[in-house]
Amino acid sequence: MTGSTIIFYLLAAITLVFGLLSVTTRQIFRAAIYLLFSLIGIAGIYFWLQYEFVAAVQIVVYVGGIVVLILFSIFLTQQAGEKLAKQKLGRKIFSALAAFCGFAFTMLQISQHTFYETADEAVPITVFNIGKKMMSVNDKGYALPFEVISMLLLAALVGCIVIAMKSKPEEQ
Amino acid sequence: MEPGLYHILFISTALFFIGVYGFFTRKNLITMLMSIELILNSVNLNFIAFNKYLWAQQMDGLFFTLFIIAIAAAEAAVAIAIIINLYRSHKSIDVENAEDLKY
Repeated sequence: MTGSTIIFYLLAAITLVFGLLSVTTRQIFRAAIYLLFSLIGIAGIYFWLQYEFVAAVQIVVYVGGIVVLILFSIFLTQQAGEKLAKQKLGRKIFSALAAFCGFAFTMLQISQHTFYETADEAVPITVFNIGKKMMSVNDKGYALPFEVISMLLLAALVGCIVIAMKSKPEEQ
Repeated sequence: MEPGLYHILFISTALFFIGVYGFFTRKNLITMLMSIELILNSVNLNFIAFNKYLWAQQMDGLFFTLFIIAIAAAEAAVAIAIIINLYRSHKSIDVENAEDLKY
């Protein structure tokens, strides 16, 4: 067992254990913190796969952005020290059963399927290559999706402000 | 055993169904949003693994992951705006209490 393998299993364990804790804990603040560790574990797996740019984006957007957003919304909407309501046991059992059956079925399909690796030479995943491809307007470039995403982000920004804005009191 | 594609597919499948379990059992809107984040992350992990092991001469999976992360950020922002608005009008973010459109 090499060091790289040990690190992989460690990252996998961190991701799955904290993910499971995040959906089962009854304290919502802790759920957010466990989610944070799970996302960091996934970023670690991206580092392990040597996709450093995606790992950096994952940490900046998810850990730095979305989890902080979730924490702030918890502060705004929850009373301190209040636990989430307990779920019915039957619902829990059926949910776990459904999730486990789906998991077993998917893993069965994956284990029976043979994946063929390409023999072609791998492109080095450097920020230079990513940036060049993202701005390219050739038929394998991503300039159009990039622009569409930027419009979507603008629309989401304006939409958020409109939704969360306090409605004006009626004019006298 | 040296970790490969199947190990990463195992992680992403397990994470996906952990998220599904959370989505089934939770009643609080913020925790449901957390479960959706877990599901989206498992999809991203799949894209990166397939790009790394099966399609290494192109970078399509990487770009899909980047775009999914951007869309997930927009989705989380809109969802939290809606949750805060709901809390303002109903004083609760439990899905059981948000039933104005039901009848």
